[in-house]
This record gives sequence, C-alpha cells and structure tokens, in this order.
Amino acid sequence: MKYIDPHIHMVSRTTDDYQRMALAGCVAVTEPAFWAGFDRSSAQGFFDYFRQLTEYEPRRAAQAGIQHFTWLCINPKEADDPAFARDVIALIPEFLKCETVLGIGEIGLNKNTRNEQIILEEQIALAETHNQLVLVHTPHLEDKRKGTRLIMDALQASSIDPGRILIDHVEEHTVGEVLDRGFWAGMTLYPDTKMTPQRAADVIEMYGSERIWMNSAGDWGCSDPLAVPKAQQEMRRRGHTTQLIDQVTYSNPQKFLSQSPRFHVAET
Amino acid sequence: MKDVTETCPLNRGQVMAMYFLEHRARLLDVAAFLDRLDRSCGQESPDFREQALYSAIGLLSDGQPHRTARILALLSDCTDELPQSAEGMKGALGAVPLTEGDSE
Repeated sequence: MKYIDPHIHMVSRTTDDYQRMALAGCVAVTEPAFWAGFDRSSAQGFFDYFRQLTEYEPRRAAQAGIQHFTWLCINPKEADDPAFARDVIALIPEFLKCETVLGIGEIGLNKNTRNEQIILEEQIALAETHNQLVLVHTPHLEDKRKGTRLIMDALQASSIDPGRILIDHVEEHTVGEVLDRGFWAGMTLYPDTKMTPQRAADVIEMYGSERIWMNSAGDWGCSDPLAVPKAQQEMRRRGHTTQLIDQVTYSNPQKFLSQSPRFHVAET
Repeated sequence: MKDVTETCPLNRGQVMAMYFLEHRARLLDVAAFLDRLDRSCGQESPDFREQALYSAIGLLSDGQPHRTARILALLSDCTDELPQSAEGMKGALGAVPLTEGDSE
C-alpha cells in the first residue's frame, strides 16, 4: 500500500533504508532541516547541510524510486543564540528557490526559552514574507504542552493561514487543541519518546481523520523508518477501511503538501 | 474532554484478545522497575519522577476516559515562566515536581 512519509531525516539514514521504505510502499518523503545531534560551529555548516538537502538527497532517494522534498530553517535546539541563528536565516531565501523546497521547517521551540521564541517569530516572518508552508517541531516530554501553546500563539499572531501550518509531534494532550485552532496535526511514531503506531491509531479513532497525518521522523536516534507502514498494519488489523488508512498515510499528506506548487507525486 | 465512547471499531473481547499479552508484559516491566527502585542502594529520598510515576499509576485505575492525555498533562510543565536562554539546561526529564492537587 503506497504511503508518504512527510517527516523523516534521511541524511541520517542509510541507502538500504530507502530501499526498504520503497519496498514497503513509500513513494515520497519530505525532510525538514533539524539538529544533527551536535551543534554546528558556523553558518557555513548549515550552508553545506542545505546543499545536501536540496541537491544530494533527492538524487539518493530517486535511486530507490522515492521522491524527496525538503524544508529549511534553523532548528530550535540550535536557535538559542540569536546572532548565530540570524546568520543561518540569512542563507535561507536563496535556497527557497530550489525546486524541491516546500517551506520553512521544522521551526518551533525546544526548551521554551525567550531566545528560541525570538528566532521562532523571525522564521514565522520569513515564511510570511515568502508565502511558504510551515512545518513545526514541538518540544519533547514535559515541555510539550506549554511549548505547543506558545508556538500556536506565535503563529496565530501572524497572517499565515493555520491551514498552511502543520504542528508536528502531537500527542493525546495536545492534538485536540491543535486541531481546534485550525492547524494540521502530525503524529510522530517513535519507539520511546513520542507515539507508538497503536496510540496513533487510537488518536485517529478519537479525533478523526481530517487534517492529520503520521510520520516516522526517522533520524540518527532510536527511530524506525518503517513506522508509517507499521501504523497502516495496526489500523488494518483493527478492521479500519483501506480508504481511511490511505487518507491518513497518503491522501492527507498529499493534500497538505500540494499547497506548495512544487509538491507533486508522480503517478506510477 | 471529547466524548470518545465507542470510537474503537473492535469490541471489548477483541481488544483484550489482541492486546492483553503485550500489556501484561509492559505492566510487569513497570512492576520490575519499581521493585528495582526499592532494591537500589543508598538512602536517597525519592525524586519527583518517582512521585509523578505513582500519581500517574493512580490515574490508570480511576475508571475515567482519556487516561493517556491526563497522564501526559500530569507529567507536563504548567508554569508560565520563560527562561532567557537554554544555556546550562539539562535535556527533558519526562516529568516535573508535582504541585498540590496534581495527583487528584
């Protein structure tokens, strides 16, 4: 069954992950810019990273028959130094011209600090100025509820339509408010700190299938690039229809992402 | 909170048959973890995470819906303060010290 993984960090994954994902039905991925597990020492490090995301990774994905799109930003974990963050942000407008860039992301908060909030607002303004879609990272664990609310407040202070913003890493205590405020919601299927495929299926059952998607957020940590097809399997064994499973793992991501004229899944 | 009555397509027996063994094992993992804490060396008093865990366990058996959301809320930072910088901060710990009334 085909699917889109709309949030996965393929720069941290091996080529055989691409091959296994293709075998499992993956037709397209979108890769937000993120923290590489260590803090980069210069804006030049981000310049190289943005080139990797826009030039190299689409070619590597294509070898497995998967389309690769990307999002650009300075991630919240490296955004606590505003001067450094601004040097990185200054690089982004030129990369927004690349044909596989879908928007600004994953921006958000990490430890809910004022410095992070300043850079979040500046990157929201960047998206606003360049009419870009936005992909949002919400903080982990005990910081998530407070951070998610702060982020939504900042986004709603802008002129960006909430329907063009995806708030990711929602869990049971944040998903309702995200949807009620008009945003799209992303569920990250992660072995330890986020959601299991079982809980994601529970959320679909409780909160419905409109404006919601699932992703693996596979990266360099403990994560699973096949998490989305495992969630499909979980829904299937509960007796959910193929139509519903397709909606949350293919049609919904396609609908949100197609708000960018650059996103198009080739029919095979 | 949202009414989620009968939103799972399976009946109670099917849910039990499909998931009981998996969650029996997880329950035993929690029990073994608590036993391990009790067997640990030294005289340190319990830290806030242990208190939070026992409060969360209380929510499991209260018979009310939305246990997951309520446990996540119990483990969340509810303060309004925003530090200027993350410098010197540790990573997320998964719980916060409980305030009066949190365990109810």
